[in-house]
Amino acid sequence: MKKLVLFLVSFIVWLVLTWTLYYPSLLIGILISIIIGFWFADLFTQRPRHFFQIKRFLYFLYYIPIFLYYCTLANLDVAYRVLHPYLPIEPGIVKVKTTLKSEVARVALANSITLTPGTMSVALTDDGYIYVHCIKVYSKDLEEATRRIVSRFEPILREVFE
Amino acid sequence: MSETVVFIGKVIVLIGVFFDLLGAIGLVRLPDVYTRLQASTKCVTLGTCLILFGVFLMSGFPWKALLAIAFVALSGPTAAHAISHAAHKAGVKLWEKSVVDRYQEDEKKAKES
Amino acid sequence: MIPRLPLVFFIPLIVSCFLCLYRVFRGPTSADRIVAVDILGILVVGFCALFVVYTPREYFMDIAIAWTLLGFIGALTLAKYLERKRFDE
Repeated sequence: MKKLVLFLVSFIVWLVLTWTLYYPSLLIGILISIIIGFWFADLFTQRPRHFFQIKRFLYFLYYIPIFLYYCTLANLDVAYRVLHPYLPIEPGIVKVKTTLKSEVARVALANSITLTPGTMSVALTDDGYIYVHCIKVYSKDLEEATRRIVSRFEPILREVFE
Repeated sequence: MSETVVFIGKVIVLIGVFFDLLGAIGLVRLPDVYTRLQASTKCVTLGTCLILFGVFLMSGFPWKALLAIAFVALSGPTAAHAISHAAHKAGVKLWEKSVVDRYQEDEKKAKES
Repeated sequence: MIPRLPLVFFIPLIVSCFLCLYRVFRGPTSADRIVAVDILGILVVGFCALFVVYTPREYFMDIAIAWTLLGFIGALTLAKYLERKRFDE
């Protein structure tokens, strides 16, 4: 099952890269995808069944525009702080808690935090805490910072990855 | 129709170039490693994604460009996370006017206990 | 024949590359230099993407994809190196 998922993913990447249906090219692609699928299946995913649930893809499509909105906001924020002559920043590292369980979801949450306004993830711990570097610290409290930083993405990412 | 699409692509590339420039200015102006990393990663990742999307619109829809957008958007934040984690472990100090450093406090507590 | 490049797009990119190089030369700690090199790698991807449109060579898109992945692996390697190395600056 894992091997089949990795075979499909690498074959789709091959198709996009070559962008042709000329059949020797397809044959080489299938061969290479089979080899990759047999060797690296354990590294790629642990729960292959999730790739066949349509609901997750729909939630992922719903996640993209929200993410883009916050990403644009983040860039305008950085532009304001960089071009301001006195640099209005008060940096610091605060601690937030996430309730996501699986590793993929936590990594996706950390990447989202890095691209959203004023925050960057510095470290992940095993028991669900994330240390976040803020360019302007609004609150040092754990619950308050969690509500501000994490709760924008957590419900959607739970639907996508858990 | 295609003229319009090319024009929209040019506008998007112009916005992306502008964000790239902002990220580089942030890299020079900000005071310490973490703030530099934060500003430049955000701006340069979004700027390069916008350039790639504008090229996708301008040059007749090569689908490889979308693949490149996916790779840039995945690898940029991950590399930033790795560099900041490594810098904190190597003992790079925060800016002297920083407000709080919970990570260092927790590391100290773990060492003492 | 040298193709005509639109300077509106290229001059800001070249300026930002030089700002990154300034940080590489000037940076007080080696972490600053690693950050600047990583950012420079992503800027080069933007250059490659613009070359696809303004020169008749379409293979620059492949170069851009390969450069993204190589830059990512390079950044991870430099981060590992930084983690081992202790310094007191």
